[in-house]
Amino acid sequence: MSRVSALWRSWHDYEVSVVKTAVIQFPGSNCDGDALHAARLTLDPNAQFVWHTEAGLPSGTELVFVPGGFSYGDHLRSGAIAARSPIMGAIKAHAERGGFVLGVCNGFQVLTEAGLLPGALGRNRDLHFTCKPVHLRVENTATAFTSAYSQGQTIEIPIAHGEGNYYADAETVARLEGEGRVVFRYLDNPNGSLNDIAGIVNERGNVLGMMPHPERAVEALLGGEDGRGVFQSLQGALVK
Amino acid sequence: MTQPTPKPQSLRPQAATFGLSEGEYDLLVSSINREPNALEAAIVGAMWSEHCGYKNSRPLFSAFPTTGPQVLQGPGENAGVVDIGEGWGVAFKMESHNHPSAVEPVQGAATGVGGILRDIFAMGARPFAVLDSLRFGNPDSPRTRFLVNGVVEGIAHYGNAIGVPTVGGEVTFHPSYQENPLVNVMALGLLRHEDLATGTMGEVGNQIIYVGSKTGRDGLGGAVFASADLSEASQADRPAVQVGDPFMEKLLLEATLEAIESGVVAGVQDMGAAGLVSSTCEMAYRAGLGITMDLDKVPTRESGMVPMELCLSESQERMILVPVPGREQELYDLLDKWELDVVNIGQVESHNNYRLTWKGEVVCDLPVALLNEAPKYTREGVESPDIKAARERDLSGVPQPGDCGAVLLELLSHPTIASKRPIFQRFDHQVMTNTVVVPGAADAAVMRVKGSGMGVAATSDCNPRFVQLDPYTGAAAAVAEAARNLACVGATPLAITDNLNFGNPHRPEVYYQLQQSVQGIADACRALNTPVTGGNVSLYNQYTQGDERVAIHPTPTIGMVGVLPDISRRATLGLKAAGQTLYLLGEHADSIGASQYLESLHGLEAGRVPPLDLVLEQKVIDGTLALIRAGLTDTAHDCAEGGLAVALAEMAMAGSIGLSVTLDVPAEVRTDALLFGEAHSRVVVAVQDADATENKLRELGVPFVRLGESGGDALTVAAPARGLHLSVNLAALTLAYESPLVGILG
Repeated sequence: MSRVSALWRSWHDYEVSVVKTAVIQFPGSNCDGDALHAARLTLDPNAQFVWHTEAGLPSGTELVFVPGGFSYGDHLRSGAIAARSPIMGAIKAHAERGGFVLGVCNGFQVLTEAGLLPGALGRNRDLHFTCKPVHLRVENTATAFTSAYSQGQTIEIPIAHGEGNYYADAETVARLEGEGRVVFRYLDNPNGSLNDIAGIVNERGNVLGMMPHPERAVEALLGGEDGRGVFQSLQGALVK
Repeated sequence: MTQPTPKPQSLRPQAATFGLSEGEYDLLVSSINREPNALEAAIVGAMWSEHCGYKNSRPLFSAFPTTGPQVLQGPGENAGVVDIGEGWGVAFKMESHNHPSAVEPVQGAATGVGGILRDIFAMGARPFAVLDSLRFGNPDSPRTRFLVNGVVEGIAHYGNAIGVPTVGGEVTFHPSYQENPLVNVMALGLLRHEDLATGTMGEVGNQIIYVGSKTGRDGLGGAVFASADLSEASQADRPAVQVGDPFMEKLLLEATLEAIESGVVAGVQDMGAAGLVSSTCEMAYRAGLGITMDLDKVPTRESGMVPMELCLSESQERMILVPVPGREQELYDLLDKWELDVVNIGQVESHNNYRLTWKGEVVCDLPVALLNEAPKYTREGVESPDIKAARERDLSGVPQPGDCGAVLLELLSHPTIASKRPIFQRFDHQVMTNTVVVPGAADAAVMRVKGSGMGVAATSDCNPRFVQLDPYTGAAAAVAEAARNLACVGATPLAITDNLNFGNPHRPEVYYQLQQSVQGIADACRALNTPVTGGNVSLYNQYTQGDERVAIHPTPTIGMVGVLPDISRRATLGLKAAGQTLYLLGEHADSIGASQYLESLHGLEAGRVPPLDLVLEQKVIDGTLALIRAGLTDTAHDCAEGGLAVALAEMAMAGSIGLSVTLDVPAEVRTDALLFGEAHSRVVVAVQDADATENKLRELGVPFVRLGESGGDALTVAAPARGLHLSVNLAALTLAYESPLVGILG
């Protein structure tokens, strides 16, 4: 790996269990390094980047992490162009096989654009980008992404987005709610999302999209570790 | 090669349209022994503009200390670089985008961020923090609201998208910036020593590669635009403002860093002010060689562009790369991965000229040295008698306030002092997951260096009211404040970059301010061992309306970088626990001269700036660092605008813990001076172990005063001997402090 990328690499105290992780990089991704760092710290010391033009994922990939940022500069619509890049075919196939996919912030937008998750993310209610810690309630701990939390637990995780206003038609929202697929809900809605929705899973429960950044909350040094639960849950689900 | 076709007649009468004085035009003619053509005159005008050539300011810069064991790269490159240890270096620089932001605040500020980031990654450093020093006019005016909202949107648009955290800065309001806002952007980048790149053309035969956005007509003549007074007509000069594309910049950033670390480039430079010309011309100068470039090859965004436009456009997101001979194809492949357009536009030559061809003809042929060696002007500075009178004004007749609690609330709600939360929440300050101390939490931002136990701290500071009333002391105080702010988070100050914002230097009273400020910065930097590694000069921040000329307060913004050898030993300003003892390191203020209190409560910008004792300053800095590093405190805050009372209030609000202080000071010191005076070299700390703290401070010879202790839900300051009992609850303080900027931002 290159020296500049070493900025993201060199954390010495990797935890032991290994979940094979691929972090997808699109032109304009900017939380790719953060995602890789957090994944290496909590899940997989060998987690690696996968460039968007690749047709396939590295063999044995268990978790695909679609990171935040401004893929393709948010041109057209946020996530729209990335959702049509070559690697997405492989990610869809991975999800269909039951493989895990985690989309954070722009990654969530990409997953909705790609049809892996329902609904869409519009501009924040106040039309402004907002970066601050928010409180979330864990609504469903019976998923591979949330089992390490306790039901109804309040966690603090930062948001940093201008387009996180979750919208879906009434029927879809009712279904999400009825099936327990709203896994994270804002306590103090920062962006106007319907039903205070902060994160949802697909029907099968193996694809999670969320606007808050769990990868920014895995180290006490940076102000909190409440995001670790997402990675610990995955570890529990995958490492036998 | 043939000489350019000489123009039949001299362009001397039009010299001013090229940004040249008649004297400068004559100097050009005598240097090349012929009349220049219009393109050549325009190129010389741009290169000799203040923005590129520093003709008014450079002669003063010899006063600056620029060396030290910590300096890896001093002034003269795209950015300075300091060594922070363990093989890591930090590249940093500050640059202004004042004139564009006055006309088109969103794009003006956005491209300010873009420009400084290119300077950082051109050094081979990965940008990892941005700070903004912003100055606006009257907070109640519609124009100010328009500018604040536009500038904040521009910084957010660019910084958030490219993914470099905006971690700090300052925002102040004063009527002198009503027409001329200041937008100074500082960026920091992290590099391994071996990746340090330079902006050189390398050797004869090297290719000159153009990469990034195509060239358009935007930003045409920006360097000249920025080197003249603003007027009503400037509002019509929007084409001189560039438009930014953070997505393109992100691609350029990644590609450039990958190219540098792969070892395939010999030289790198961004196209900033004066575009293609200044970048290639400076690179040639550093190599001591000439170049030939074919303007027909410059990729264009619009048809029918002429050489003048191709040369001087300031279209954003463009870089010049010089490949290592024999490795050109590797560079092309790498740039292709990032989907960037690449064009070979010329080569390095053994002659010493800057030679441009267009449609098969030589259209410019000028010595590289001539372009890079702008004439220097040393002017006569004279202090304005009005300012002198304001400074010497007798303040003994200023009435003491009856209700000091009300004064404190009024100061906390002044937009210069009030919380900047509504602004920094619009900026992604956490991307890259290095931000350990977030905006508003301490006197400086702190970023960790992954893979080491170190931290990097950064701050930007200047109190323009001090500089206005006393440019020497005020500028030195900006350096001292920056160093103190770094100490308050636990960082050893390393070096500075400066952004000198002044009015029109042709006015003797403005030149005086520049001269005195430079000397003040130089002396403070020498005393505090923080060399100058680079900077930027923005003159002509002046507005002409009819016969009236309004210059900004002189504003030499200081950007300083420091290192925390062990990031676990750091401090923030919020109180952490009740029952801790509060100390003031340094000495109590004894005057209200030049204070925000005097301006806000009495409408007076007057009085002497408190004297700055750099020996005391160093002691306070050393004392603060010693307490933090010994683990005796993790709570420190310096006293600045609003004095001791505001500092205490900020510590209480940030920690949601009250405090109680008793002041025992001789009666001849005014109560308002004690509470709101702005003496330098003061830090408040909260400690658990009072005895060990006092022993440590005595051992180091640091003067200190025991103030009181933390606890309760109010800020209480008592001075029984003088009948003072100020008590305000935290909720009232917080309401006053948090609301003002919410109202200014739309």
